[in-house]
Amino acid sequence: MTEIPREEYILKCTSACAGCSDSLTLRYVLKAAGPETVLVVPACCTSVIQGIYPHTAMNIPVYNVAFAAAAACASGMSAAFQAAGKKANVIVYAGDGGTVDIGIQALSGAFERGTDFLYICYDNEAYGNTGMQRSGATPVGARTTTTPSGKIQVKKDLDGIVAAHNPPYMATACAAYPKDLFSKVQKALSIRGPKFIHVLAPCPPGWRFSSEKSVEMGKLAVRSGMWILYEREFGKVTINGPSKAAMIKPIPLEEYLEPQGRFKGISSEAVAMLRSQAERNAMRLKKEEEGIC
Amino acid sequence: MFEVRIHSRGGQGGVTAARLLALAAIRDGKYATACPFYGAERRGAAVVSYVRIDDRPIRVYSQIRHPDLVLVLDPSVMEVVDVLQGMKEGGRVLMNGSEPREMKGIPTFAVDLTGIALRERLVVAGSPILNTPVLGALAKMGIITMESAKMAIKEMFSDQRNVTAAEAAYAELIA
Amino acid sequence: MLTVATGNKAVAAAVKQACPSVVAAYPITPQTEIVEQIAEYVTSGELKSQYIPVESEHSAMAACIGAGVTGVRTFTATSSHGLHYMHEMVNWAAGARLPIVMANVNRALGPGWNIWAEHTDAFQERDTGWLQVYVASVQEAYDATLMAFRIAEHESVLLPVMVNLDGFLLSHSMQPLQSVDIGDFIPPIHLPHAIDISDPTSYGTLTGPNDYFRLRWDIERSMRDSVPVIRETQEEFARRFGRKYDFVEEYRCDDAEVVVIAMGTLGKEAEVAVDLLRREGLKAGSMRIRWLRPFPRIDLSGKEVVVIDRDYSFGFGGVIARSLAATEGVTPFSVIAGLGGQEVTYDDIAGFVRGRRPGEELWFGVNGHV
Repeated sequence: MTEIPREEYILKCTSACAGCSDSLTLRYVLKAAGPETVLVVPACCTSVIQGIYPHTAMNIPVYNVAFAAAAACASGMSAAFQAAGKKANVIVYAGDGGTVDIGIQALSGAFERGTDFLYICYDNEAYGNTGMQRSGATPVGARTTTTPSGKIQVKKDLDGIVAAHNPPYMATACAAYPKDLFSKVQKALSIRGPKFIHVLAPCPPGWRFSSEKSVEMGKLAVRSGMWILYEREFGKVTINGPSKAAMIKPIPLEEYLEPQGRFKGISSEAVAMLRSQAERNAMRLKKEEEGIC
Repeated sequence: MFEVRIHSRGGQGGVTAARLLALAAIRDGKYATACPFYGAERRGAAVVSYVRIDDRPIRVYSQIRHPDLVLVLDPSVMEVVDVLQGMKEGGRVLMNGSEPREMKGIPTFAVDLTGIALRERLVVAGSPILNTPVLGALAKMGIITMESAKMAIKEMFSDQRNVTAAEAAYAELIA
Repeated sequence: MLTVATGNKAVAAAVKQACPSVVAAYPITPQTEIVEQIAEYVTSGELKSQYIPVESEHSAMAACIGAGVTGVRTFTATSSHGLHYMHEMVNWAAGARLPIVMANVNRALGPGWNIWAEHTDAFQERDTGWLQVYVASVQEAYDATLMAFRIAEHESVLLPVMVNLDGFLLSHSMQPLQSVDIGDFIPPIHLPHAIDISDPTSYGTLTGPNDYFRLRWDIERSMRDSVPVIRETQEEFARRFGRKYDFVEEYRCDDAEVVVIAMGTLGKEAEVAVDLLRREGLKAGSMRIRWLRPFPRIDLSGKEVVVIDRDYSFGFGGVIARSLAATEGVTPFSVIAGLGGQEVTYDDIAGFVRGRRPGEELWFGVNGHV
């Protein structure tokens, strides 16, 4: 059984929305990383949640940097710690917009260079901090303020892009499975080189569900197969328990979509696209796990 | 101020020739600037480099319009460029070739740099090296001392054949 | 030791001696030789730095920021479009009070695609909170780069410094270079706000108007405080190494009735024009402005002024001519020349002075072109 430390590195009284899974995720990330950690945060919800100058809710050093710059900033920081002979975990904690859209070039550069750091993308599938505009991570059919009748395109395959860089460790996680998240962060930080964790972060105001349902929404995402929990360690894929179970007996996709206001009135074509993308992902990961491809 | 304009083709080492000449002049205790003119030229295009030598710091960065010496590393550029343009009164020409050509009455010197380079097997990627032997010819013309010419070559290149080739050019310069 | 070097190699040689812990580098013409030379130093072990071959200039400055905030010395180099691609982070570096040193090889901005000298690239960064110095010889490129680290890291400055050299004219020109044994000229870096894991805090967080305003004023205060630091550093450099530098380099100005003002290599070429004009009986002098920020005060009282701007602010004018009109109350003859590497000779400069028309603006070579 994983022992999760009692120490808190994100203190109470943050300015997060009620039911925010970003702060929930960050809480477990930092518990796993411990105090010898520096967080690099580009523009995203976290840069507001952490508090307004001169106050901070964070009990580890946090460096806020411009939207597109997080992975490159972490490259410099990691190199500087190495040059000074200091040991510290350098963790980028960025939203989906800062990762799949504006930050993708710096992300790719840092992974190609083999920067020793952990990049965590917490994914609420839109630009939440600016009030829910579409991002490359927004799923097809989801309404945002810039896709008022639902997004036409499918969600960008961020994990595929990261996997193409052959990092030593990458994984997906979800705030609804804190122990799984905790142990993945610990494992990632035990490995040298560029590591990546993609965390689904259900967002009550953005996805339009009630605040107490964040954890439930994360579980529905996994059980319906819309979010698959897995790890890729030195190229070897392991699908984690909850997703294994979901692959055998998934709940109907509608159970995940219906409670979310953003999918209200979604077309049957969009639902079909969501379903087929989920099925393709599952198929590909199963094959990878079995060593078929 | 003594001003040298070097005509060559991209890839023939005109820029390095300018830098070697400037270095040799500096080793003579003078001030010098080597300014390649960078255009969008690629390998094989006609290119120009400039060298200025003076007893005091050089403050001029614009192109040389009235050279005291024109150095033609590749005579074929004369088909496309007027190498004598703006020639200063009393100016001279040094040409890579087996004998001097008639250049509108301007004193012309010749040395077979290509022949010397091939003889010394100073060939890199199929091209004979012209920029180290030429320093010997420039020394013979009194623009730099031979001692500084050799010093400059040794500072920039480790292969002794470059010095041997410069000595050959010194001996074989034809007025 | 007397060697020869291009402007680019002189910058690299100074960087090697300043020994930054982290160099983030991305190539761009005509700066590339700087980062190539530093890569060679790092590969050969002559320079013990972490060399980060970033994928863009935006990332180059971001990496310098990430490294700098841990309290180590950092360096990068760029030019033109590269400088503008990193523009966001150029602002960030100053706001974060990081003493990053950057060489910028001045080059025009496209379109049309142009790789030759112009100052507009760096001038457009003049309001970012960076100190900016412009050099005019290979030796000065080296000396100014060494001084840049000391000035940037001074406790009452803690702002980044940009060392500017003219593309090709200086970056690729080879001249004598007298290198020095720097000894303790650049003290070890001490960044009071460096990240400390044992004393955690947040940096660059959301900041309300009142605090933000105060932080901006802190930048301006340090910019003002940098004036005596620059002076003291240049004087100390002269004491130790014998070469004198000032905010403005004056040439034959004492009794001059007309002064021609320029920056970079044009400022040197102007001296030759002054000699020409003096021979003609005109009491001319020249001033080469070295520091754009902090912008120097220049006493121009009782003199006619000809300003050559190798830059332009569209809809406003030559930046130096307009700035001097504002700060010194002069009515200069404003000459716009040398944009995109346009050839400007000492004869041309002498011609500007002879044909000066106070208060008017001349676009060299294009006037009358409708």
